Amino acid sequence: MARTQKPKDGLKIELRGVSKAFGSKQVLNGVDLTVPVGKSLVVIGGSGTGKSVMLKCILGILTPDSGQIFIDGEETTRASGRERERLMQKFGMLFQGSALFDSLPVWENVAFGLIQGRGMKRSEARDIALDTLAQVGLSADVARLTPAELSGGMQKRVGLARAIASHPEIIFFDEPTTGLDPIMADVINELIVERVRELGATTISITHDMASARKIADVVAMIYKGKIIWEGPVSEIDRSGNAYVEQFINGRAEGPIQMDVLKP
Amino acid sequence: MTGAAGGMQLNLLAVIGRFALGFLAETGRLTRFTARAVLACVQPPFFFRNLLQQAMVIGYYSLPVVGLTAVFTGAVLALQIYIGGSRFNAESIVPTIVVLGITRELGPVLAGLMVAGRVSSAIAAELGTMRVTEQIDALTTLSTNPFKYLIAPRLIAAVVMLPLLVLVADVIGVMGGFLVSTETLGFGAGSYLTNTLDFMEADDVTSGLWKAAVFGFIIALMGCYHGYFSKGGAQGVGSATTHAVVSSAILILAANYLLTSLIFS
Repeated sequence: MARTQKPKDGLKIELRGVSKAFGSKQVLNGVDLTVPVGKSLVVIGGSGTGKSVMLKCILGILTPDSGQIFIDGEETTRASGRERERLMQKFGMLFQGSALFDSLPVWENVAFGLIQGRGMKRSEARDIALDTLAQVGLSADVARLTPAELSGGMQKRVGLARAIASHPEIIFFDEPTTGLDPIMADVINELIVERVRELGATTISITHDMASARKIADVVAMIYKGKIIWEGPVSEIDRSGNAYVEQFINGRAEGPIQMDVLKP
Repeated sequence: MTGAAGGMQLNLLAVIGRFALGFLAETGRLTRFTARAVLACVQPPFFFRNLLQQAMVIGYYSLPVVGLTAVFTGAVLALQIYIGGSRFNAESIVPTIVVLGITRELGPVLAGLMVAGRVSSAIAAELGTMRVTEQIDALTTLSTNPFKYLIAPRLIAAVVMLPLLVLVADVIGVMGGFLVSTETLGFGAGSYLTNTLDFMEADDVTSGLWKAAVFGFIIALMGCYHGYFSKGGAQGVGSATTHAVVSSAILILAANYLLTSLIFS
């Protein structure tokens, strides 16, 4: 990589050759990925293929060993401190386990980014939090509860409310439907689609739930062994012509992807 | 034979090497963590709400534990010194030794160890759980620096509250000695108090308070460090808690010796 080219216009996020290893385990092995402004990318792939690590590299929670990450054309691979905090204002994230702060009531969770990140007055942030909770179908009664008093589906919706409360330009969804029943999973998918469309946000979601991927994706990319092996519009996913993708979306044990399972 | 022996020697070297590398890596990680934590204490933004909350948890809620420790320690100190003193007709030394022992040594060390058990473990468990449930990552995505939001308030609260706790422990400890001496050892209340105050110097108390501030730093730092880097679910949080208590207790005892021998002797 002798010269750094400027990323192309209209790209919100760009990854070039991002690699990350933990000890001797190479988790990301040269990931190249682009997300245009306002598009929804869904990254599919099995467990342990590096999906979460990729998101954490973009967020700066992990630093890649090599490669570059651009956000709005600005290189952010090694941004830290104040610069990272400023950058984070563009982001919202829904975590796999919701990651709600159990020491704070629901409304303060939702208002957290506004109060702590942006220095908004508590009363003002509270009003916005209540509005946002209503948008994900939760009443003001819920706002006073603590996260531990909520069901899994409600926690996910609070997590979604927290991710969108500060109107981020970019939202990440980490396994948004994992652990939910199929109906609640669809409710979450619909909420994600509606809210994201309303905000005009650019999103990356990682999932192994194909129903969810079909519902929320504009573009689908498949990650395998730390590399993007296929990328295309969601409408083409059933005729990808890629044996790996076909095996994954049809959920077959036989195929080119071999699980590390000892046969009895 | 020589091959096998050579193999064993190499194995031994590998073990020593791995141990040394692990130790150096840990030391480096702790040093970097400490630097970031201290920097977070002096750079805005400051989270006063969290600071007050931690001051309550670390200081106010530790009062019963520290008070009970102090009263029994002062009481037993009076009994033991009375036994020792009576061997050469020096029973009257009890009030002086009790106040010196409590303020210079036992107040700060025992309060430090008790608070280490109570607070260091709680901090490690809380931060550890926040780590494994991705709450610490969530802070970052909400433009909030976890060092400033979580760690700085705990460090500052512990450094400020520990000396206050020790001050309380000093008073209660002397009172424990006073009660035993006047009730069972036949001391007069007035003369006991006069003897306590006459031979006490301001330095006895302040040196103990400085120690307490250092112990407070150790307690919060160890709790935060082990919690922040914990991984692997419930078991990881459990071992982080254990490590926090053990390492802060040992560091308190080591720091106590160093401080006493270098500065306060």
